[in-house]
Amino acid sequence: MSDRLLDIQNLSVTFGGLHALRDLNFHVDEGEIVSVIGPNGAGKTTFFNMISGMVAPTSGEILFEGQSIVGLDPNQITGLGIARTFQNVRLFANMTIAENIMVAQHCRTKQGAWGALFQTKAFREEERAIRAHAEKVLGFFGTRLIGYRLDQPAAVLSYANRRRLEVARAMATSPKLILLDEPVAGMNPKESAELTELIGKLRSEWGFTVVMIEHDMSVVRDVSDRVVVLDHGEPIAQGTYEEVSTDPQVIEAYLGRPVDGAA
Amino acid sequence: MIPTAAVEATSDSAPTGFAWRRDGLQWNSVEVEWRKVINWGGLCALGLVFIALSGMLVGLDGRPVLQRYFSLGYLAMVWLPLLLGQAVNNEVVREGIAGRPRGAGDLLAGATVGGLGGLGLGALILGIANFDLRDPLVNWSPQLLALLGFNQGNTFGFVVWILLGAALGMLGASLHLMGPDLRRLVGIVVGTVLFVAIFETIIVDLAKGFRLVFVTDFLYGLRGGLLAEGVVALAVVAGAAAVLGQGRIKEAKASLAALEGTERKWANAILLVVAAALLVIVPQFTGKITNELLANVGIFLLLALGLNIVVGLAGILDLGYVAFFAVGGYATAVLTSPRSNFLPAVCDTFLWFECEPASLPWALALVVVVIVAALTGLFIGAPVIRMRGDYLAIVTLGFGEIIRLLFLSDWLTGFFGGAQGVTNIPPADFGLFEVAGIDPRSVFYLVLFFCGVAIYISWRLERSRIGRAWMAIREDESVAEAMGINTVNMKLMAFVVGAILASFGGAIFAAKVGSIFPSSFLILVSIIILVVVIVGGIGNIPGVILGAVVLIGVLGGPKQPGLLQEFSQYKLLIYGALLIWMMLKRPEGLLPNARRTRELHQDEFLQDAWLKGEVDLDDDDPTGGRPAAEGTVPMETTPGDSASGEVAPA
Ligand SMILES: Nc1ncnc2c1ncn2[C@@H]1O[C@H](COP(=O)(O)OP(=O)(O)OP(=O)(O)O)[C@@H](O)[C@H]1O
Ligand SMILES: [Mg+2]
Repeated sequence: MSDRLLDIQNLSVTFGGLHALRDLNFHVDEGEIVSVIGPNGAGKTTFFNMISGMVAPTSGEILFEGQSIVGLDPNQITGLGIARTFQNVRLFANMTIAENIMVAQHCRTKQGAWGALFQTKAFREEERAIRAHAEKVLGFFGTRLIGYRLDQPAAVLSYANRRRLEVARAMATSPKLILLDEPVAGMNPKESAELTELIGKLRSEWGFTVVMIEHDMSVVRDVSDRVVVLDHGEPIAQGTYEEVSTDPQVIEAYLGRPVDGAA
Repeated sequence: MIPTAAVEATSDSAPTGFAWRRDGLQWNSVEVEWRKVINWGGLCALGLVFIALSGMLVGLDGRPVLQRYFSLGYLAMVWLPLLLGQAVNNEVVREGIAGRPRGAGDLLAGATVGGLGGLGLGALILGIANFDLRDPLVNWSPQLLALLGFNQGNTFGFVVWILLGAALGMLGASLHLMGPDLRRLVGIVVGTVLFVAIFETIIVDLAKGFRLVFVTDFLYGLRGGLLAEGVVALAVVAGAAAVLGQGRIKEAKASLAALEGTERKWANAILLVVAAALLVIVPQFTGKITNELLANVGIFLLLALGLNIVVGLAGILDLGYVAFFAVGGYATAVLTSPRSNFLPAVCDTFLWFECEPASLPWALALVVVVIVAALTGLFIGAPVIRMRGDYLAIVTLGFGEIIRLLFLSDWLTGFFGGAQGVTNIPPADFGLFEVAGIDPRSVFYLVLFFCGVAIYISWRLERSRIGRAWMAIREDESVAEAMGINTVNMKLMAFVVGAILASFGGAIFAAKVGSIFPSSFLILVSIIILVVVIVGGIGNIPGVILGAVVLIGVLGGPKQPGLLQEFSQYKLLIYGALLIWMMLKRPEGLLPNARRTRELHQDEFLQDAWLKGEVDLDDDDPTGGRPAAEGTVPMETTPGDSASGEVAPA
């Protein structure tokens, strides 16, 4: 119990008559990388929406560091240390790349109107720190998002770079737990291999615990300690990649498709 | 995919001097898109008939523009065929596609549009002569008929309008045949003459202040329109200035833009100081009319700056902004007026002892006013702020009316005087000087100070953590919330800052007018402030300033006259038309915020960035496909030039 970062008990949600999630029990320990997989419409994104407070569960309990977070506002949950990315990249397209990252540090900084109006020393120092942290986070992705790019609007970025910026924005909130919704979707094999490596570094270098939704099995195999399979809102298997990929129920859920990285 | 499109599309590029354009004029064959031309002609006819029936021709006939020859009423008509004759020949210039050859076709199209417009007026003449529709159409009068016939009879009018329309349309079209320099020259000369003719009152007032009465005596003689010699002199002076000043302004701008780093900062600082000094010094010389106008513009600018924080920075569409103006005005009134029954009524109702009206000095009252406004902002904001979009707009609209109706209500008459309002508000006394309505100059200075404060607040907040949070909320509220921004608090904060700035406006307004009534705070005030912000350029302070000067200064506020006093009856018509035109042609405003332009023209922006090689195409290349060095930009385009059909590869 002591090192359970996230503990989810009997979580259910229904939209109208549709059970998007049913009786989900799930936990994440500090320092783990967990993948959530499942066919389209299985309820994976809904699961993230619920953890991040954007959708209220119909029943069940979500404990983060032992404290219930059901009913909190999304910004309070982010403040407690859970950050997320969006499957359908939702950047602030008309803000610059630097601003996208700076604004994500909002809940970790505190200067208000007073400091801004009178340009106090504390205000100027905090602004400098915000900018420096933004450059540090963006530097994690190599040279792609820094330099002259810092002051370009996010709209000009290529698709893969937008995905990277999404991850960077979640990192900038200084979370304990980071939720990645299909981080490599739409990337070519080379790019996704590179990002897979970076996901590993999120834990080893930044100390984040990671929960990741992913369809790309090679990514899942390469980084996850544990895999959870959802189907029709229900967890049908949990375990290591090898255990899960040979589970007959899982294979059936994927309509007989072999769940193998090579496929 | 390097674009190989040619730049010839903008065929104005070749320098021609003051001449007709040299390239691509075509006289031997005529190409006209008749369908389009006839549609535009119909539009012209409808427009002219509408203007005639709106009463402008009759109403403004008494105000000459050119003494003895030409009145404002006719001017209100003739601009339309001129403009439409020009506009019908506009074409969308596409990258890499040569423009249509210009020539006889354009003139024919322009003449047809104008001629059809004249025909519309001819039909109106026949109608008025033969039917009596005075009941539904108030301006369907013999007087209109006389003016439409130039007092020479119906047949004369019929023929002349068609010919005049055609001539004007052709004149408009001929602008397309001129080289850019010539077109500029014509524009400057005509513009100057019209400007001096229309703004006679204010120019005379200014001339008095600067002891230049001999100039206005020459131009206007005994007043009431320009004299013929005045027109000639003006045209010569304006033309000479245009020729001599050719390109100077552009050069100055370019050299200013070329400055770097600290030099740039110094240049900006110097410009700012010069502008501030002008604003302080000039009112010393100007007359009462000008200063009154400046004071009104200032008050509305202050309100617009406040609303700009709410709408422009935080993206909250507040249609009830006048509520805070009203709260500021009433709070100041009840605290300073010795006639106000507010404090006695409060003591009488809630306490057991009697008391006198507060009669605080203005400055002290202002402290209380700010607190009251902030609390009202919180009180109204708290329930409203959780709504989004249209719902929020409607609810704020409601609150705006509720506040006014509360001040008007019988229930609170004892406190706020109901429809009688609060009178005897003393001038604001600052010891050394006094700010009173009878001295508009002092009001202007006070308002100038508070506008400075408002600009400083907007500027600092925008470039802070709070400003970034507002920006994120404007872009995507749910994502902003998920990224840890307390959207409710941040939006409330914008609401309260806006409320405080509006209450400054209210406090100054109360001291200026001396007595306030619920009818000073109609919903129309909210709308006009919003139009100022939108037309000027949402989210951009210079834009808001320009919007206030142009709209409040020229057209006038809800009850305050502007420079175009003659048009005050048609003020709302013009406001409406202007707003529609802006939304169609330039939704980002006159002086837009770069970010807002990007939001509204994202396709063009991306295409532009792509042409400049700024969009990263290749993910494996960490430089993102950027050109090796600055200056190797493939081609220059402005967003307006490019067709928006092509979406940049992303
Ligand atoms: N706000 C909502 N209202 C109603 N139904 C919803 C809502 N959000 C999701 N659903 C439904 O819930 C089910 C699960 O959706 P969810 O987006 O969680 O799937 P997913 O596992 O993320 O799928 P994918 O792999 O395609 O991303 C779907 O049937 C979806 O239509
Ligand atoms: Mg999903």
